[in-house]
Amino acid sequence: MSANHDGANLLEVRGLTKIFGTLTACDHIDLNIAKGEIHALLGENGAGKSTLVKMLFGSLEPNSGEIFWNGQAVRITSPGAAKKLGIGMVFQHFSLFEALTAAENIALSLDDGSPISSIAAKARALSYSYGLPLDPDSLVGDLSVGERQRIEIIRCLLQTPQLIILDEPTSVLTPQEADKLFETLERLRSEGKSILYISHRLEEVKRICDRATVLRHGKVVGHCNPREETAASLARMMVGNEVQAVVRAPVEGIETAQPLLEVRGLTRKPATPFSIPLKNISLNVRAGEVIGIAGVAGNGQGEFFESVSGEVLQQDVASVRIRGKDAGGLTITGRRLLGAAFVPEERLGHGAAPRMKLSENLLLSRHATDGKAFVGTGGMVKSGAIYAASQRIIEAMDVRKSAPDPEAAALSGGNLQKFIVGRELDRRPSVMVVNQPTWGVDAGAAAHIRQALIELSRSGSAVLVISQDLDELFEISDAIAVMHNGELSKPMPIAEATFEKVGLLMGGAEPGHAEHTLETA
Amino acid sequence: MDITVNILLTIATAATPLLIAAIGELVVERSGVLNLGVEGMMIMGAVGGFGAGYLTGSPWVGLLAAIAMGALFSLLFAVMTLSLATNQVATGLSLTLLGLGLSGMIGTGFVGQPGVRLPNLDIPGLSSIPVVGKLLFGQDPVFYISIVLTAAVMWFLFKTRTGLTLRSIGDSHASAHALGIKVIRYRYLSVIFGGACAGLAGGHLSLVYTPQWVENMTAGRGWIALALVVFASWRPWRVLAGAYIFGAVWIGQLHAQAFGIPVPSQMLSSLPYLATVVVLVLISRNKRLTMMNTPASLGQPFVPDR
Repeated sequence: MSANHDGANLLEVRGLTKIFGTLTACDHIDLNIAKGEIHALLGENGAGKSTLVKMLFGSLEPNSGEIFWNGQAVRITSPGAAKKLGIGMVFQHFSLFEALTAAENIALSLDDGSPISSIAAKARALSYSYGLPLDPDSLVGDLSVGERQRIEIIRCLLQTPQLIILDEPTSVLTPQEADKLFETLERLRSEGKSILYISHRLEEVKRICDRATVLRHGKVVGHCNPREETAASLARMMVGNEVQAVVRAPVEGIETAQPLLEVRGLTRKPATPFSIPLKNISLNVRAGEVIGIAGVAGNGQGEFFESVSGEVLQQDVASVRIRGKDAGGLTITGRRLLGAAFVPEERLGHGAAPRMKLSENLLLSRHATDGKAFVGTGGMVKSGAIYAASQRIIEAMDVRKSAPDPEAAALSGGNLQKFIVGRELDRRPSVMVVNQPTWGVDAGAAAHIRQALIELSRSGSAVLVISQDLDELFEISDAIAVMHNGELSKPMPIAEATFEKVGLLMGGAEPGHAEHTLETA
Repeated sequence: MDITVNILLTIATAATPLLIAAIGELVVERSGVLNLGVEGMMIMGAVGGFGAGYLTGSPWVGLLAAIAMGALFSLLFAVMTLSLATNQVATGLSLTLLGLGLSGMIGTGFVGQPGVRLPNLDIPGLSSIPVVGKLLFGQDPVFYISIVLTAAVMWFLFKTRTGLTLRSIGDSHASAHALGIKVIRYRYLSVIFGGACAGLAGGHLSLVYTPQWVENMTAGRGWIALALVVFASWRPWRVLAGAYIFGAVWIGQLHAQAFGIPVPSQMLSSLPYLATVVVLVLISRNKRLTMMNTPASLGQPFVPDR
């Protein structure tokens, strides 16, 4: 059933406007959220969703406009004020403290003086009852993105807010975890709580949301009942035109193609007490194909990516081979010089230096491979050439930004991701390894990135994609392997793969993976 | 026996100002602020403490004045770096330079004047126990303050909710702000606490260690305190260990020089620095613990975007 529309609105927003320099991020936004409804906020990257939500949570101050809470005009001047009103938020870019434990992180957002141990017990109980299991004593720095999000959600729920804002909560959850979350949200709705739900996954918006407000270029372009719409019609409203479906032509003769990336018996001890050891992983990625690696967050994907990209070196130099050369002992730059390119999961601080301009970030990752183009005689940086190249990437990937060459941190998550992927694609690498290519990226941009990866492989490169988004993997992969507890299954050709088969492997249904012993023997 | 006790007593006296200044700076850095002005705040405390003691005749008034002077001087740093978001390194350095110059000017009339000394706090009965009595129960009051302060800071940082909040701000001020924690207010209070500690440490120099005023009498102790905090990987008990190792080797090499050991005196003078660094590096080998204890947002100005 849809929400109680005649009931009083919990939150009313009228004419909310926020201007950054020359960019009007939010332009006279109107939004009503009724009590006990799940309200979707839809829009592409840079449509102004995050800005709007930040104003509602008090971390940004609007230039004009009014906010009414239970019919009373309010000014939300700080996150503290928002919390006092009863607004809770689960952030897209997590607001956790890495050097503290999960329980300490939760304690910080609660105002009562109860001891950490009792908060830990409460958090553990709550997390299990909502099916989002959490170890309160683990250090956040050691947790995967999915596990961190659980902390954020539990932390928000412990504050018992009236309105919960969720900024793309399912983008890092497995289908099962997402189902649990939806149960939680429905339970909260039945308790009379309101939820503002931001997501790019239109299917889930259709599934759980009562009403939707669609933003485009900072303006409200429509309100609708998502249940009466199709995913395609919602996407059209968001983007303003049709979203191109990803096209993947079948590849032929792949068995005879040269493997460009070979992983042979890769084994790694856990780096910290909380991380996952890698157990005898073997995988070939041939020229012309896309291999997808599925798996629940925190099953060794991060450790695997680090080993392949050269963030961590291997004892056995032959355990990673790029274009037929042993690369296990080479650094990231060494592996790049062999023709490989890498896109890590974390954008800020890993994929890009947050406080540096896009052009500077371009130079940082490509100074070695494109030395001739970007660095002149005597090591002088050719800033003109770098600027031109960064503008070329921005154009090719349709990166939306508020300045000609902004700092990386000034871009929204999806736009930064487009730039980072574009930066590597621009090199035409023969081996491309991407971890979570479209996490938090909207439908239009995600389709763009996926199509680009497929095209790269069809032009003769080997592409390895690690993702928690099964839809994505089925869309782009020629074969899917599953990572569970540090072990990798044999890649399953896409023609034979089903959600069910992959889902079972993700849950660890086939321990040992007998096929492996055949390969390594 | 008496010589050993006396040597141990001088070690405690040498270590106390380092410990107090370093513990203060530890709290400041745990909140994510790097105040390189410790030396300047210390010397201001020293001149303020000496002046107030000399003018009133009461060393206790002097000690309070030293604390107030350090706190007041650190307020200047707080306004600059926290409210005006200036660069912390540059502001801290200029605070030291300003403190050294200003204290020299204030102290021109005090040079060569007899100072007042804070009396030792002999605890009746206990202080007459041989050896231990003198060491543990017959010291100057600031020694006791330094030990209590270290324990209190340890308890505050790791056992209280407010301490947890303070550490979280040092880890990520953006996350803390997003949770509605008043980052700037916490940092103001931390910086002022650090200033008060540095002032107290300076007061110890001019009211206990050498009860007189000499220009530049801190002689780089503020810098040593700063280094101790980093090498102790922001952990209070390690700061205590570091301060006492430094004090012990410092006093030891003075005696070695007096005995005429055939080693160049410059070598001996550098020993305390070397020994402290080596020992603290050895106890900070655990990379994971060091990573956990390093305030990630140290030295970054915080400007909430509005």
